[in-house]
Amino acid sequence: MSDRIVRAHVGIGAPVTATALVASDDFSARYDLDRVAGVFSRPAHKLYGESYVGRILVLNTAKGGVATAWMLYEMMSRGMAPAALLLNAANPIMAQGAALADLPFMDRFETDITAAIMTGDEVTVDPAAGMVTIRG
Amino acid sequence: MRLTDQEEAMLAGEFGEPRRRGLEQQIRVGRFFDAEDLVEIAQVHLMADTESLGEAGVAWLEELAAYPEEQRRVCVPTVTDPRGVDFDAYKRLGQQESWAALERRAIRAFTAMGLLMTDTCINYQTIFPPAFGEHVAFGDTGSTIYANSVCGARSNFEGGPSALAAALTGRTPRYGAHLDRRRKGTHRFVVADRPETLSDWGALGGVVGRAAGSYWTVPVLEGIEGSPTSDELKHFGAALASYGSVPLFHMIGVTPEAHDLGDVFDGPMPDPKTIGRADIDAFYEGFGLHEEGVDLVVFAAPQQSLVEMQQLAGLLKGRKISDRTTLIAATSPEIKSACDRLGLTQTIEEAGGIVLKGVCFYQMYAREIGEANGWKRLLSNSAKLVNIIAGYGYEPVLAPMDKCVDAACAGKMNR
Repeated sequence: MSDRIVRAHVGIGAPVTATALVASDDFSARYDLDRVAGVFSRPAHKLYGESYVGRILVLNTAKGGVATAWMLYEMMSRGMAPAALLLNAANPIMAQGAALADLPFMDRFETDITAAIMTGDEVTVDPAAGMVTIRG
Repeated sequence: MRLTDQEEAMLAGEFGEPRRRGLEQQIRVGRFFDAEDLVEIAQVHLMADTESLGEAGVAWLEELAAYPEEQRRVCVPTVTDPRGVDFDAYKRLGQQESWAALERRAIRAFTAMGLLMTDTCINYQTIFPPAFGEHVAFGDTGSTIYANSVCGARSNFEGGPSALAAALTGRTPRYGAHLDRRRKGTHRFVVADRPETLSDWGALGGVVGRAAGSYWTVPVLEGIEGSPTSDELKHFGAALASYGSVPLFHMIGVTPEAHDLGDVFDGPMPDPKTIGRADIDAFYEGFGLHEEGVDLVVFAAPQQSLVEMQQLAGLLKGRKISDRTTLIAATSPEIKSACDRLGLTQTIEEAGGIVLKGVCFYQMYAREIGEANGWKRLLSNSAKLVNIIAGYGYEPVLAPMDKCVDAACAGKMNR
C-alpha cells in the first residue's frame, strides 16, 4: 500500500503524526467529553467511551458552544488533548481554541475527511502545507 | 491580512505585550478564515467560566493581568458571561472550596483588566443591548445569535480567548457574520404552527438547528405572524445556536434584516421545509418522560429574565416542592437584585426553590454537583440545557415551565 494524500485549506499548528480516531459525528469539547478521564462521555456520540488522548481526532463539524476555545488549551496543558483535530467544517470557536492551544487543526478538505481516514490509520497532519498524509 | 499602521504598531509590541499577543492570535484565526482585514468593535461579551478555564486558563489570565495597567486594560466595554460559582450558594450545592478559590483568582485577574463582572448570558436583555449594524465580539452562542439576528448587530462566536483578544485590541478579524454576503439565507423553513410556550420556541430552535449543516448555515423562517417576545426569541435562538452551532437566523417580518424574502436571498431560493406541531411534539418525545421521579428541575440556559422569574414565582406561589426534588432557577446578579426587591425570590424560596445568581447550570461543574447531590433525572424548559447536559451524566427531559413546576411539586412527571 502506498501513502494517500488529502489536501485542504491551510490550517493552524505544527506538523504531527499519530493514529487516527474517526467518526462521522460532530464535535464539542463541552458536550461530548469527559476531559478529566480523556474519553467521549456523551452516550449518543459514536465515539462514546473511546479515548481521544494523543490521537488524530477526525470528525464532521464543530457544534455547540464557545467553551471549547478554553478547553483545548486546558486539555493541552495536562497532556490530555488529541494530537490533532481534523473537521470537514470548522467554526470560529475551534479555530480560536486551536490558535491559543497550538493544537494542529485543519478543515475544508477536498473530500469528506471522515470517509477518507479510518480509525487506526497512521496519519501525518501538516497544517501549514494544507496537507494530510494517510500512511499505507 | 491587510493591517493598518496602528495594527502594525500593535503587532510590533508598541502598545504592550497583552495587546500584541491578542492581535497575533486574531491574525492566526483571521488567516484561517481568509479575513482580509480587521474591523473595529463596540463591545465585548466574554465567556470564561472556571470549569472551562481550568487551572491552566486561570494561570494564563493571571499572567496577562500582571502587566502594567496601561497595557492590560481592555479598550472597549467588556462584560462577562456566567461564572462557575455563586459565592452565596456554592456550599449548599456541594461545590468544592478549590473551585471557589479558582473563581476568586479569575475574578481578580478580570477586574485588573477592567472587565465589568456582569456574569450574565442575557446581557442583551439586561445590560447593554447592541445596536443595529454595530460590530461586536460576543461569546456565548445565545448572546451572539440574539445580537446578530434580533438586534441586527454583527458578531461571530468569539470564544473566551478570542473575545479577550478583541477586548484588548478593540477589533476582530472580518469574516463570517461581519460580512454582508455571509448574512444571506442558506436554508428556508416554513413554520406552520406557531410555538406556544418558551420550551416550544426552544424545540423549534432545536428542530431547525438539527437541520442546519454547520456554522455557515443561515436559516430563514417564514410564517411567524407578529413578533415573538424577547424571551421567546431568546429560547429559540439559544436552542438553534446550541443544536446547530449557528450564529444567525432571519425571521421574515420579524427580524430587522428580513422584511421579506428578497432581503435575505440572492438569486434562486432553496426549497422550504415545513415544520408543524408534530415536529415539535416529536422533539419533546425524543427526551421521554420522568414518570418514576424527578431529581432536579432547572430553569437556566439562558439565565431567566425578570419576566420569566415573575412567571415562575406565580406558578410556585403557595405550593411546596417535593422533598425528593430540587428546583433551581439561575439568573443574573442584576435580575436577582430586582427579584429580591420585588419579593419574587422570597416566593420561590418559600416554595422550597433555590435562586442562583451569576451562574448557569451547565457552567458550574454540573457533573460533580450531580454526583454530590444524587441528581440524575433532570427536567427543564430549556431545549438548550437538555441538549448539553447529557454529556455531564444526566438524563434530561424537556417540558414547559408549568409542567416542570407541577413535576417539582409532585416529585415526578405525570403523563
